[in-house]
Amino acid sequence: MEDLGEIVGEFLMESHENLDQIDRDLVALEQEPGSRDLISRIFRAIHTIKGTSGFLAFSRLETLAHAGESLLSRLRDGVQPVTPTTITTLLATIDGVRSLLESIEQDGNEGDVEVDSIITAVHAQMNAPEAAAPAEPASAAEPAEEPEPLEEKSVRPAPEPVEGQRKPLGEMLVESGAAAPSDVGSALQQQLEGDERKLGAILLEEGKAQPAAVNEALQQQAPKRSVADSAIRVDVDLLDGLMNLVGELVLARNQLVRGVMETGDSGLVRSAQRLGMITSELQEGIMKTRMQPIEHIWSKLPRVIRDLSQSLGKQVELVMEGKETELDRSLLEAVKDPLTHLVRNAVDHGIEEADKRVAAGKPAVGTLTLRAYHEGGHVAVDVADDGAGMDVNRIAEKAVEKGLLRADQIATMDKREIMAMVFQPGFSTAAKVTNVSGRGVGMDVVKTNIERIGGAVSVDSTLGEGTVWRLTIPLTLAIIQALTVDCGDQRYVVPQVAVLELVFIDGQSTKIEYASGAPVYRLRGKLLPLVRLDRTLGLNVGGDQGVYIMVLHADGRRFGLVVDRVLNTEEVVVKALNSRFKDIGLYAGATILGDGKVGLILDVSSLARRSQLTAESDRENLVGTSRASGGPANGERLLVTAVGERRVAIPLDAVTRLEEFPRDRIEHAGSREVVQYRGQILPLVRLSHLLGAYSEVEEGDTVSVVVYSEGERSVALVVDRIVDIAENSTTARRDAEEDGLIGTAVIQQRVTELLDVRRAILAADPNFYTEVPVEMLVEA
Amino acid sequence: MASRQFATFEVADQLFGVEVHTVQEVLSYNEYTPVPLAPPAVGGLFNLRGQVIAAVDLRVQLGLVRQAMQGPVMNVILRGDGEPVSLLVDRIGEVVDLDDEAFEGPPDTLSGPTRELVTGTFKMDGRLMLALDVNQAVDTYRATT
Repeated sequence: MEDLGEIVGEFLMESHENLDQIDRDLVALEQEPGSRDLISRIFRAIHTIKGTSGFLAFSRLETLAHAGESLLSRLRDGVQPVTPTTITTLLATIDGVRSLLESIEQDGNEGDVEVDSIITAVHAQMNAPEAAAPAEPASAAEPAEEPEPLEEKSVRPAPEPVEGQRKPLGEMLVESGAAAPSDVGSALQQQLEGDERKLGAILLEEGKAQPAAVNEALQQQAPKRSVADSAIRVDVDLLDGLMNLVGELVLARNQLVRGVMETGDSGLVRSAQRLGMITSELQEGIMKTRMQPIEHIWSKLPRVIRDLSQSLGKQVELVMEGKETELDRSLLEAVKDPLTHLVRNAVDHGIEEADKRVAAGKPAVGTLTLRAYHEGGHVAVDVADDGAGMDVNRIAEKAVEKGLLRADQIATMDKREIMAMVFQPGFSTAAKVTNVSGRGVGMDVVKTNIERIGGAVSVDSTLGEGTVWRLTIPLTLAIIQALTVDCGDQRYVVPQVAVLELVFIDGQSTKIEYASGAPVYRLRGKLLPLVRLDRTLGLNVGGDQGVYIMVLHADGRRFGLVVDRVLNTEEVVVKALNSRFKDIGLYAGATILGDGKVGLILDVSSLARRSQLTAESDRENLVGTSRASGGPANGERLLVTAVGERRVAIPLDAVTRLEEFPRDRIEHAGSREVVQYRGQILPLVRLSHLLGAYSEVEEGDTVSVVVYSEGERSVALVVDRIVDIAENSTTARRDAEEDGLIGTAVIQQRVTELLDVRRAILAADPNFYTEVPVEMLVEA
Repeated sequence: MASRQFATFEVADQLFGVEVHTVQEVLSYNEYTPVPLAPPAVGGLFNLRGQVIAAVDLRVQLGLVRQAMQGPVMNVILRGDGEPVSLLVDRIGEVVDLDDEAFEGPPDTLSGPTRELVTGTFKMDGRLMLALDVNQAVDTYRATT
């Protein structure tokens, strides 16, 4: 057996593929009992397994396959009809073959897998409909009953699988009308009786077919083979190895190109550029080899659903949409089990029994829809059923009952949040526990598994109408269509799914306008809020002319992203970003651009969230725009803030940035409050304390601060709210004696206090203006 | 006598070392993609045979001025915890065999960020090598003042 190791390996791999196909075909056959094509395909596949197992001396496997084949040949010849019971028997046979194969794979022999009961069941099936049918299974596969010249002598090696998938010549001739079915039949009979000539030859010699027609049919047979041959199996390790090599090639190419550029030889430069292009294409191609359509894991589901719905007495129709959506191999593997669990759960608990459905005015047959698509830089996989749906109130009750929630928490939660409780460990709403699901394990495992690959699970349900489970799988390693854009000196990548349109801003016919400082664009009469990428990324802010607006949508919002230049669309392979950058939240991942450099992929959803926090981004915009435009030289610009009930103005020149910090990031150093900010310790001072104002009730998770920097030092002034930016050119000013203020003024018809910035800063950091380094506030 | 192998490198003329088994490879690279809003110690990202690697600027971690990132910079790529991470250094030194006997804790006079990054000192012929704490060295969220 040693020297046969490789052959056995080949056989196992090939057989597993064949079995999966048989599974699918059997389920399809049940829907379409008359399909001869399906029966023939199943027959040929199982015949191949039988032949090879005989050759490799796996006798029990051979016997089992032979039994299945016998039953199939009766179905094919119409001796007995295709019924759900026959399908079940055949599926059991396939399962038997599978366990034998597993045993062979593990131990190298057939082990003690029990097949006799299956064989008995198959025989019972063959005997059941007609008592007259031959009892001996071998005779059921009597060669005389077969219209195809298939070798029955199991000692001989089976034909190559491609051979099996070829359409028989006789069949083709009959279909094209070149030969009469009876002639083909008798020719086949002659072959079986020992005529060694080929079918075409018999027909030709007996003048029953035209040479031209036979030639044509033979030629048609040929391409069939090439289709079967066009795919080969490759070891994944080999692909990974190639991928690494291509990576090295890209690096070497880049170095070469730089070297060549320096020589200035135009011929060499052209060659180098060509090499560059080829390398990029090669890189892309190799990356794609790892991608597989999601169909690969979906293909097992029809069988799962069929078995389950049958055992539960339900009727379920499976609809698959977007099965060509590609995912990286490793992700597919990780998604397989959670997906299967969701599907089982949907059939078990989602879809109701036929009578209940009819009573509810729904079609008796439930529909389970699997949908895969790209969304917002992720691949989403939906498992949707039109079943009973989930009752939010019951979930809430249950969660309270199980101690997962407190009753008073329910009121503040929205529907989705309550629904999400089903993913908590130990939660199960199933009225009755079945052996399929509903043991209280599962949904939390689904969640854990999906989250482990950086994905997310969510559920939405309408009582009486159905449930949609959604797996959001990260693009890690997935290939997406993306637009590359320039912002500052760098190139960024925007997933194309999020892009609605592009607008060029020439400053004349199209221009960016400001609504109280917030940049907007009139897109066909409607105002589109804008987010400047450079400002969002904390880069130098550019101008408003000669830039592009990318109209993006995400999380149900539309906004415009202002970038310097839009380059092109390309397919990029998304790489997971190092975990240390997750906290920034702006990047969905990274990718290797065509030139071998790393490009950051922007997370459109989080950009959208930033645009939603209009208050925040607008405030930043206020500062930025007034700086960018420079403003009229006369008149001081003031940032007006709210501190309690008072309006406090800060000279804009004293403002470096406006920030929003999560409340929980505030730490204490001695009596002072500090925040870690861009690698520095930023001391905070609350203007409400400084000015003795009553502060508004502290709400929300964030605090608004005004950052003032000088050299390496920064302090942050905490305010309740940023109100506006105003110009203080005309209003009267009256000196005030009050602590911390330098006076008051009427700004925008309201009395506004002017902050003594220096005092405020010293309150935050007494050493701010001294040369002595600030003592280290952070614990070592 | 127990001895360990160290890969050595220099930053601001000080010799540092990490144990050889923590190092995946050493290479010079000159195109880094900056990551806006990332901690200052992040020098950038680069492409290592199709893998995106974050480069941590050891100068920043040591409280020095950051690498100019103009032209090639030496990377010491550490295996890291699951994902490789690179340390940007000034110059690569030799791989040295050092006896545990030559080891001492960090001198008391050593203070500041460097103190937090090193586990001890190796007395070599004519110079001192500071053994880096690999985890600390690549921790970009370490507060530096």
